[in-house]
Amino acid sequence: MKALKNIFSIAAVLACVATPVIAADSDISGVENAVITQAPNVPPPITRRYATKVIINLEVREVTKNLADGVQYVFWTFGGDVPGSFIRVREGDEIEFHLNNHQDNKMPHNIDLHAVTGPGGGATSSFTAPGHSSQFSFKALNPGLFIYHCATAPVGMHVANGMYGLILVEPKEGLPPVDREYYVMQGEFYTSGKYGDEGLQPFDMDKAADERPPYVVFNGAVGSLVGDKALTAKVGEKVRLYVGNGGPNLTSSFHVIGEIFDNVYPEGGTTVTHNVQTTVIPPGGASIVEFQTQVPGTYILVDHALFRAFNKGTLGMLKVDGDPNLAIYTGKEVDAVYIGKAAEAGSEAEKKVINLKAQVAEEIRNNPKIATLTKEIQVEKGKSVYMQTCFVCHQPDGAGVANQIPPLAKSDFLAGLTKDDYIRGVVMGRSGQITVNGKNYTGTMVPMNYLTDEQIANVLTYVRNSFGNTGDPVSIDDVKKVRAQVVSPPSQSAFE
Amino acid sequence: MLKRIQLIFLATISAWTLAAGAADPLPTGMVRIPTGVYRPFFRAATDAKEIPVKSFALDVLPVTTREFLQFVRAHPLWQRSQVKRLFADDSYLKNWSGDLEPGTNAPLDAPVTFVSWFAARAYAESQSKRLPTVAEWEYAAQASPTSANGENDASFKRAVLQWYSTPASQTLAPTGRGAANFYGVRDLHGLVWEWVLDFNTAMVTGDARADGGVDAQYFCGAGAQGAQDPDNFPAFMRYGFRSSLKADYCVHNLGFRCAKDL
Repeated sequence: MKALKNIFSIAAVLACVATPVIAADSDISGVENAVITQAPNVPPPITRRYATKVIINLEVREVTKNLADGVQYVFWTFGGDVPGSFIRVREGDEIEFHLNNHQDNKMPHNIDLHAVTGPGGGATSSFTAPGHSSQFSFKALNPGLFIYHCATAPVGMHVANGMYGLILVEPKEGLPPVDREYYVMQGEFYTSGKYGDEGLQPFDMDKAADERPPYVVFNGAVGSLVGDKALTAKVGEKVRLYVGNGGPNLTSSFHVIGEIFDNVYPEGGTTVTHNVQTTVIPPGGASIVEFQTQVPGTYILVDHALFRAFNKGTLGMLKVDGDPNLAIYTGKEVDAVYIGKAAEAGSEAEKKVINLKAQVAEEIRNNPKIATLTKEIQVEKGKSVYMQTCFVCHQPDGAGVANQIPPLAKSDFLAGLTKDDYIRGVVMGRSGQITVNGKNYTGTMVPMNYLTDEQIANVLTYVRNSFGNTGDPVSIDDVKKVRAQVVSPPSQSAFE
Repeated sequence: MLKRIQLIFLATISAWTLAAGAADPLPTGMVRIPTGVYRPFFRAATDAKEIPVKSFALDVLPVTTREFLQFVRAHPLWQRSQVKRLFADDSYLKNWSGDLEPGTNAPLDAPVTFVSWFAARAYAESQSKRLPTVAEWEYAAQASPTSANGENDASFKRAVLQWYSTPASQTLAPTGRGAANFYGVRDLHGLVWEWVLDFNTAMVTGDARADGGVDAQYFCGAGAQGAQDPDNFPAFMRYGFRSSLKADYCVHNLGFRCAKDL
């Protein structure tokens, strides 16, 4: 009640002093219910040009969910998920906030919004027993991206159980338009078991006090932004991430592998800095980062304190689809064998190595069990060659790129080739018009003659047995034979 | 309405007077908690460091749905459809099927919940008992299974904390499954929260960090500075929970047990 009075008196003072200057905006007109979203989604930008009264209903739920595969945790949440629902309002709006504590919950809860100017940020006014509801109002005086969190004793534990989220107060003039907006929030979890220990994991007070979390994750769980749940964008789009850090203890060094942030609003404020690689986000803080995608591929979101990323779960993905731009990024151009201090040609050591390889090859040939497996092994090995060398143009699914790169999947052109043609294509490259599945292509494929005989054999076996194609394997000897026929492989300049 | 409040008030006084004057043997289902000292978890600079706790009797188990059903049968004014809104909010006995039918969501052997402080107190009076005070309840509850004071027993504290990491279930387990503590009392931890007589005297403002700050004279509260043992998370939560309540609130996980003067 006290907090409420203070807010009202602040508002009254501001109204008296500032009315002549910001007359148009000091008036509240209309009422609307806030659109709130669960991560990684963000409510749509605010298009209205005036302040209004915004009603927000947020429900606190204590829920059991997966923290990782096979690992459950009792999360305390704003809205049923970690992080809490994303709230979006406009500078000058008057917010009527309802905090509803679900009757099945065990704990009383409250909310401290860093966007509130007033004692406790709303915490004292929103302290609510299970099965009850509290209401308070505040005016969004400062634009910015703010954290909200629970502040009920013991505060650290309420936050460690997932009670945090973001509220964006858009500046009056709005934020510059972008193509995609996403909501990402980091937080750590203090389970009594180690990382990956299965079953329902209780909160560990000692680890929390010592700041030794087994889990550091984005959006409340290991893998919440991975695979099917990855963020997506198209080449050329502007992406804006609203990134918060719930903590409770660790500072995030937020980084997107392979991107440079064109714009960062450090600490969620209004100053913009440019060309940032990694931005620091403290617990109880947030940051807005923006970048334009240029090159297709998968970009990994990490806390660049890397053991958190690779051992504790702080990994997310942004998948960017679109045409490659070789002027900006070529993909792998050369993958040559490099042997530091290789055995010298003709030396005893080299002879031993050759001998050993021959023995292994002999062994495989004479063992029918292994011999029948070789095609699968070749396909598996060939896939990794393909995903390093070929996929940039021919695409991971072999579909090619319309009008530029011919498809490998169910290609009638490939079907008409001999095995030797396949090998020649890779070793010598290919240029001139060809017709594939009724469409003409005139591009050039550079020779991939830096690949070893084994790599070529494997990648061709992979192509001949993937994307719906079926064919017999290509052996190393096949490749050797064709290479010998190609007396002098054409130099790359012949194709330029 | 006024008349009713007066009645309760008078009934309280007479119950206490009777209890104080009598030297009855221990009623069944109760154990004797010996005289001792409780060091409050929160305390202002002006508060006493230690509160003497006079020997008293405490129920071994929380009051069950079966026992509460007998009570509302004998006192129809406390039945769900009859109760005055002033004394119990809309959630009163919400999990029951009807006035006299607890139903499947309120097993007879489980602790009664969704009861207000007024209802708990009326029940206690009907048994010639009373609700325990915060000091009495906390004093009895700090006993581990093996010691009168489990405060420094890390495994005991961890076991108590475990309840908060257990998903809330729709229907509660029967009483009496928890281990008996040093005095023979069960289920003080791990089953339900419990009403106490002076639940609203804990000075927690709801904003855990403000307490113990500038308003220290008024609120020693939940702020870590005011806490006697900042590691004692369960105590933090009990104090926090109590201070979120009003006397007419009826809550899913909140029951009670009775005490009696000796």
